[in-house]
Amino acid sequence: MADATALLQLRGISKGFPGVKALSDVQLTIRRGEIHSLMGENGAGKSTLIKVLTGVYRRDGGEILLNGTSIDARSPEEAQRLGISTVYQEVNLIPHLSVAENICLGRQTTTLGFLKWKEIRQRAEKALARLGIEIDVTETVSNYSIAIQQLVAIARALDIDAKVLILDEPTSSLDEKEVEALFTVLRKLKAEGLGIVFVTHFLDQVYAVSDRITVLRNGTYVGEYEAALLPRLQLISKMMGKELSELEMKAADRVATKAGVTPFLKLKQVGRKGSLKPLDLEIAAGEIVGLSGLLGSGRTETARIVFGLDRADCGELQLDGKAISITSPRQASGLKFGFCPEDRKVQAIIPNLSVRENIVLALQANRGWMGYVSRPTQIQLADKFIKALNIKTPNPEQPIRLLSGGNQQKVILARWLASNPRLLILDEPTRGIDVGAKLEIEKLMAQLTGEGMAILFISSDLEETVRNSHRVVVLRDRQKVCELRGEEISEKNIMHAIAASDSDQ
Amino acid sequence: MNLRAIKRNIPFVATASVCLLLFLFASLRYKGFLKLPYLLGFISDDAYLGIAAIGLTFVILTGGIDLSVGGVIGLTSISLALLVEKHHMNPMYAIPLVLVGGVLFGTLMGCLIHFYLLPPFLVTLAGMFLVRGLAFVFNQESIQLTDQMLGGHSASHSLIVFNSTIKIPLANTSIPGTTLIYFVIFLIALVVAQFTKFGRNVYALGGNEHSAALMGLPVARTKIGVYVISSLCSTLAGIVHLLYNVKGDPTSGTGLELDAIAAVVIGGTLLSGGVGYIAGTIIGVLILSIIQAIINFEGSLNSWWTRIAIGMLLLLFILLQKLIQAKKFKTAGTFQKT
Amino acid sequence: MNSAFNSPTWHKLKWPLAALMLVLLYNYFYTPGFFQIEMKAGRLFGSLIDVLNRAAPVMIISLGMTLVIATGGVDLSVGAVMAISGAIAALLIAKGFALPLVLMISLGVAIVAGVWNGLLIGYFKVPPIVATLILMVSGRGVAQLLTGGNHIPFKHAGFEFIGRGYLAAIPFAAVLTLLLFITFVIISKRTAAGLFIEATGDNEVASRYAGVQTRVVQFAVYAACSLCAGIAGLIATANLAEADPSAAGIGLELDAILAVVIGGTALQGGRYFLAGSLMGAILLQTLTTTILTRGVPTQWTQVVKALVIIIVCLLQSEVFRRSFQRKPATA
Repeated sequence: MADATALLQLRGISKGFPGVKALSDVQLTIRRGEIHSLMGENGAGKSTLIKVLTGVYRRDGGEILLNGTSIDARSPEEAQRLGISTVYQEVNLIPHLSVAENICLGRQTTTLGFLKWKEIRQRAEKALARLGIEIDVTETVSNYSIAIQQLVAIARALDIDAKVLILDEPTSSLDEKEVEALFTVLRKLKAEGLGIVFVTHFLDQVYAVSDRITVLRNGTYVGEYEAALLPRLQLISKMMGKELSELEMKAADRVATKAGVTPFLKLKQVGRKGSLKPLDLEIAAGEIVGLSGLLGSGRTETARIVFGLDRADCGELQLDGKAISITSPRQASGLKFGFCPEDRKVQAIIPNLSVRENIVLALQANRGWMGYVSRPTQIQLADKFIKALNIKTPNPEQPIRLLSGGNQQKVILARWLASNPRLLILDEPTRGIDVGAKLEIEKLMAQLTGEGMAILFISSDLEETVRNSHRVVVLRDRQKVCELRGEEISEKNIMHAIAASDSDQ
Repeated sequence: MNLRAIKRNIPFVATASVCLLLFLFASLRYKGFLKLPYLLGFISDDAYLGIAAIGLTFVILTGGIDLSVGGVIGLTSISLALLVEKHHMNPMYAIPLVLVGGVLFGTLMGCLIHFYLLPPFLVTLAGMFLVRGLAFVFNQESIQLTDQMLGGHSASHSLIVFNSTIKIPLANTSIPGTTLIYFVIFLIALVVAQFTKFGRNVYALGGNEHSAALMGLPVARTKIGVYVISSLCSTLAGIVHLLYNVKGDPTSGTGLELDAIAAVVIGGTLLSGGVGYIAGTIIGVLILSIIQAIINFEGSLNSWWTRIAIGMLLLLFILLQKLIQAKKFKTAGTFQKT
Repeated sequence: MNSAFNSPTWHKLKWPLAALMLVLLYNYFYTPGFFQIEMKAGRLFGSLIDVLNRAAPVMIISLGMTLVIATGGVDLSVGAVMAISGAIAALLIAKGFALPLVLMISLGVAIVAGVWNGLLIGYFKVPPIVATLILMVSGRGVAQLLTGGNHIPFKHAGFEFIGRGYLAAIPFAAVLTLLLFITFVIISKRTAAGLFIEATGDNEVASRYAGVQTRVVQFAVYAACSLCAGIAGLIATANLAEADPSAAGIGLELDAILAVVIGGTALQGGRYFLAGSLMGAILLQTLTTTILTRGVPTQWTQVVKALVIIIVCLLQSEVFRRSFQRKPATA
């Protein structure tokens, strides 16, 4: 069975966390001198697989073969010693130290325990020269661009005898030129016989650089493909788990587009350097606008600007025809906006406070500290929403952290509904929750817009986007690529818009 | 130093400039300030503060804090005096004994902080009360040193070198042995920080603990190590304090934690860790000494001003650090958003 | 089922309460006359009353400290603020100012000190320990500067009443503590402040996303804590009938932190328990009084307190507790 050309083989890998099966029977084969892309949407299991491979997590089952021998790394260090090095998206370097130190830290050249700075510098220069870059290695690393930092991290990874190099979303904060420079380095390393695992969500880049592609979905293995033989659209359909033929029929399901309503919120060429290219967006009362695109395409970034979490550095926001600038969530909430963020645990729930307190928080914040919502009213509100949203909790005083993900999400929804917003921004509201809860949330969205609320709906689930949106704005690479309305809204059209490479346009 | 090197070390340059300005101001304004014996005098007066601040620099470099330094000085001072004076122990044994005590205390605090994830300020605050309390439990009054080996009276024992004064050739003056200890510790610390793996790991840990762990650096050993170094330095500072004042006193080092923190921060070490200079700390101590001297020369100024001046200077430098960091964030973009 | 014994407050209170009972029980058997309360000239006297009276400053400060710790911060400057407010009050009284004016000015200065802390922490993002450490040390410098480092004695029956007086046979300081406690409870339970503080301490990011003005919250708790320290400073000064800027409130920051932690409020922030903090303060004072009446030298109290706080924090530490369940923790 063992592939003779295989450098690294993962077979039948499975990994579970309490209550979740993150990976089941996943495989991945990396050959000498190839760049192998690992693709999948959120929750597909890419990062779990990487963590299993690098020893951050222990696998529950399966085996990992490096050069035909079984390995079992228990920590990133051990994986590194075995020849598996990783460069993470959030550049794991020490910002204040010099480039040379960052490359050699922990394995510096010493005599009698004293560091030999000159040799350390030379070693760093040599490591960087291998990647074809020449910079002042005595300079503090944080004074260089993220792109150079990325390369420094790669140089560090290669400084020990690496056989497999894993790049976890290395390009997410690079511009085009920098990406090209990185790719030149990758091709060079590939020629040297290294096996490179490339995790990214930018399709253009996958096709620009990779030889093979392995697709994961929902923690399972979908398949391994030659990049040259897999059309873009097929790749997307594999990632999303939908056959292309299947997509055509779905168009009928979606809700009718609203016509003749005037938008109350307008974004005019609103953008923010480094996170969103200027775009136009309008939303009217009673309308659900879907924001579609892959992860990192600018969906969340748009939402953050509207809710005052990030400030736009160009363009104009208009509310009821008046130009406004939203500088804080407090202000946005005062304008009757609501925001259910993507990262529930960090950005939404107050873990140790009760369901009741989590529900009244936004309303109470709007009213100020003297406008106390009395205890009976709080209980009434909590009971009302627990019933209306079917929140499963033994009682309203239960700390929210003890609830399941879906129920936590409903509590956060209830938090904003209690403050009766005009505009509700939902960022991946159905991620990681069970099907029943998903349907309930969709039903609720329809009901709310029926009552005149506007919803900005962000989701990576195409079917869900198509089914629920009156209008769909498609984003790719931090810019708006098109807006679909009426009959145009279909999974196929969205996919085509996402898949279109720049050269096609 | 070229322009870029200056830019890279703004906090350090700021410190050096402040020190120079204060020094010039004092030398021009006060007669007798610019005399070698006087200058050596106030360096020697604050040698113990310098030693404690050097140890603290390592802790702050990792992003931690040690509030127990003053307490350790008090406990060391009184217990060593007790051992030698009341129990007639040979200083050759007594000194290593208190040093071992200091190391154990530091290890204990470091373990509580690292393994049980207790906040450093809390552990070291409790540590401060513990050692200060113990100092008073041991003895409530100060003890005058009479043992020959530890100073007091003139004697010709070999250990006396610690407290004898050393003539400086050409200049008609001499410096105390304790000041020499200060210089030696400074040199050792300089080498440890710059030329050992441990030293660089300290910087790495303060720069980004998560990355340091992913890079495979020994986080536990380094983190506990800095608290050991800090305690060890404070213990040495306590010994120096005892020798210099020829008197063991449980109250010695009271309130010293702020002086030491101030010296470290004014010296250019970032409170968030990762950036700093041992040499900067020495200059920081020097600045504090000059301020003290100025307040002494200005007869009209009350000595309480020292505390306030140190507090304000510390604040100024912290705000300067914030400013530099904010600027850096803008230029470097979103580096490590958490 | 729905009894008071099931509430989180009771759950947190039972441990300090049990410890207090233990200490009291010890005194019942081994300290003769500990529980004796006498009525002399319309005033209650006895060890227990003495404990209440002496614990008053720490109890009051621990109320403010509870709010600060609930937001995940800490205030080391309370002792210095006590010294400042006491010094100002004594100076003004000695100069013959009217009592209401004296109280207003000295407490006003205390609030200014808190606002200063809040400014550094909330707006300039200086770590709480350092920001308040600056005030801890330079604040005492200010107090000593104000008085020239001297004790400022005074005679003023009205002012002394704050520290020495009796109201309905009970020490006024204890009554004042109770009033402040009730005020804090009302603010916590009958306004939204409690929710905002707990939310900010539990998850600052999520609170901000929900529209809570977390900076304002931080600002307010430091101001409140300093006000409490100011009041405690007045009590201590009035009790001595002199201001002692170098000794007032020394080491009190640890006592207050200790009281709060014993009372069940975690240093990480979040849920807070005002009643627990009071209980913690009383426990500390009872312990101190017991140590003294047993003839153990005073110096030991500091050592004991330091050990108690480390033990209490260890007991609260997840890692520590886990290491006693099943397998050792993988840190």
